Amino acid sequence: MSTQVETTQQPPVTPVRSGKRIAWDRRRRALARFWQQYRKDRNGMIGLAILVLMIAVALAAPLLASSRGLNPIYATATPNAGPSWHYPLGTDGDGRSVLTELIWGSRISLLIGLSATLLSMVIGALIGIVAGHFGKLIGNLLMRFTDWFLVIPFLPLAIVLATTLGKSLGVIIVVIGITSWPGTARIIRAQALAVETRPYLERARALGAGHWHQMTKHVLPNVMPLLLANTILTVAGTILAETTLSFLGLGDPTRASWGQMLNEGFSTGGMLAGNQLWLIAPGVAVIAVVMAFTMVGHALEAILDPKLRER
Amino acid sequence: MAGAMLDGALAAARERPGESTRRGGTGLARTLGVKIGSAVVTLAFVLVFNFFLFRVLPADPARNLAHGGTLTAAQMAAINRTFGIGLPLPQQFWNYVVQTVQGNLGRSFQNQLPVSQLIGQAVWPTVLLVGSSTVLSTVIGVWMGIRAGWRRGSRFDKISTGVNNTLYAMPDFWLGMVLLIVFASHWAIFPASGMSSSVGGGTGLAGVGDVLWHLTLPCIVLTLVYLAEYSLVMRSSLIDELGNDYLQTARAKGLRDALVRRQHAVPNALLPSITLIMLNLGFVISGAITTETVFSWPGLGLLTYHALNYPDYPVLEGAFLLFSAAVIGANLIADLLLTVLDPRVRQA
Repeated sequence: MSTQVETTQQPPVTPVRSGKRIAWDRRRRALARFWQQYRKDRNGMIGLAILVLMIAVALAAPLLASSRGLNPIYATATPNAGPSWHYPLGTDGDGRSVLTELIWGSRISLLIGLSATLLSMVIGALIGIVAGHFGKLIGNLLMRFTDWFLVIPFLPLAIVLATTLGKSLGVIIVVIGITSWPGTARIIRAQALAVETRPYLERARALGAGHWHQMTKHVLPNVMPLLLANTILTVAGTILAETTLSFLGLGDPTRASWGQMLNEGFSTGGMLAGNQLWLIAPGVAVIAVVMAFTMVGHALEAILDPKLRER
Repeated sequence: MAGAMLDGALAAARERPGESTRRGGTGLARTLGVKIGSAVVTLAFVLVFNFFLFRVLPADPARNLAHGGTLTAAQMAAINRTFGIGLPLPQQFWNYVVQTVQGNLGRSFQNQLPVSQLIGQAVWPTVLLVGSSTVLSTVIGVWMGIRAGWRRGSRFDKISTGVNNTLYAMPDFWLGMVLLIVFASHWAIFPASGMSSSVGGGTGLAGVGDVLWHLTLPCIVLTLVYLAEYSLVMRSSLIDELGNDYLQTARAKGLRDALVRRQHAVPNALLPSITLIMLNLGFVISGAITTETVFSWPGLGLLTYHALNYPDYPVLEGAFLLFSAAVIGANLIADLLLTVLDPRVRQA
């Protein structure tokens, strides 16, 4: 692999097609083939459509609704009132528009979900690949450690961490990230073990490749597709986790997510009387996003693992 | 609750029998010994983890626990007494282990009652709620999974998979709040909160009926949320078995379809499900925290909720320890059950 890269670095004798160009063409073709397969998965396409819509709403939040609407000081409407022309989803206990909160909440929910997933993926992939690469002693120790984390119940651990560390966006991300990696580590290790037995790794070792080179240039690219599918599935879990923690009152009170909306509706008791959309809307949004991520993740998985395709 | 976690747990569940085979023990006793030993080691890990989390991680534990110093001097002294701050670390750790083993978990910041007493009162409501919903969700979920997986692509399969995927994406407390609005607020068929109508609960048959009446809604919530998971897992592990030769053999012998399913496919497909159901107890406990909060069910979940808002560290610490121990215990039972049920593990 490394020798190939070196030859491509030299100026090509015939300027028709460089090695890099060939590689890029191959990648583009593979991607096109992948898209061809993905398009056939109806659930995957529905999920993708929902996700694109949600991400567009989150990015365009300042255009869709003024952030002033989030500040209770500027709220002039009747609190906890049902839907009306000005407030399509009604108002919350402070007289703010539920729709405005929902739109701005999507930013926080998605941000926490994606960042926590990224953290969990990095930890999971690192531990999984290292455990797969250094077989016996280190591998077994790491897997023991992973099993311990797998057994510790997620929510009590997250509650304990969040209460000792304080309430902020960063803490929530870290807490969810470091409690949701063990599943990924196990899956990646299993795949890494399979990759480790391939002849090209033996060849790399024979050519004198170091551990770092083997892990990053050979193992990582080969577990990458699985890692990607797993990432998408993990986002579904982290968004649910964020909703749960915020509902329990462990979220950042100044940055309202969907879970925070549910928390306010529940703790003030306002949802029982008056505007029930205040409760229904964030819940439906969470379900839609979680299902969308799950559907996209399963569609990716089905392409990567033909055995699953029949399901 | 978390999809990827479920996948990880499932991978662990599938890997488990093979792992024991590879290790190659000598007989049942050794296999059991190894499993019990590893559960004890895990429990020890949780103890150490707990210790570090509450006493070592914060730079100034007492100040940190007070969250900005709103505590009185007496409360400060109580914290120092509870946590043994000021002693050398190994000494602190030893005291902590001895106290925990003796069942002394400190006193609650909120009402000065011993944590062990608070937990003791809250355990049974949670056991009742988690137990009843686990039994219901297991029975219904496994049944649905078998039916859907055996006739893959049928109408039943499509509907149940769709419903289960939706339930699986649903925050349990949200489902609880919706049911609360519909059945307790709007129609007032079921009570909105608590475990009994009168203080201290009724006696005899009426008392039991009253508790069951209060149990209905929270139990339905946990059952619905977890049956989705079991059904999806059972379905996929049954589908894994469908292509196997032994089913063809069974059919070639002339066995009826129902017999092939009941006697051949299902027993094999059940193994990963059993492990998963036990592993899953950790998530059911998580669900119990939020569901108990929504319905004010006086169990460990509600105790945790009140503690985290205070924040009442000794109670949180005790509850965390108990939750972890419960899950480790459930895992051990699952492992032992598998050892007895699966000949591949037994003869390893």
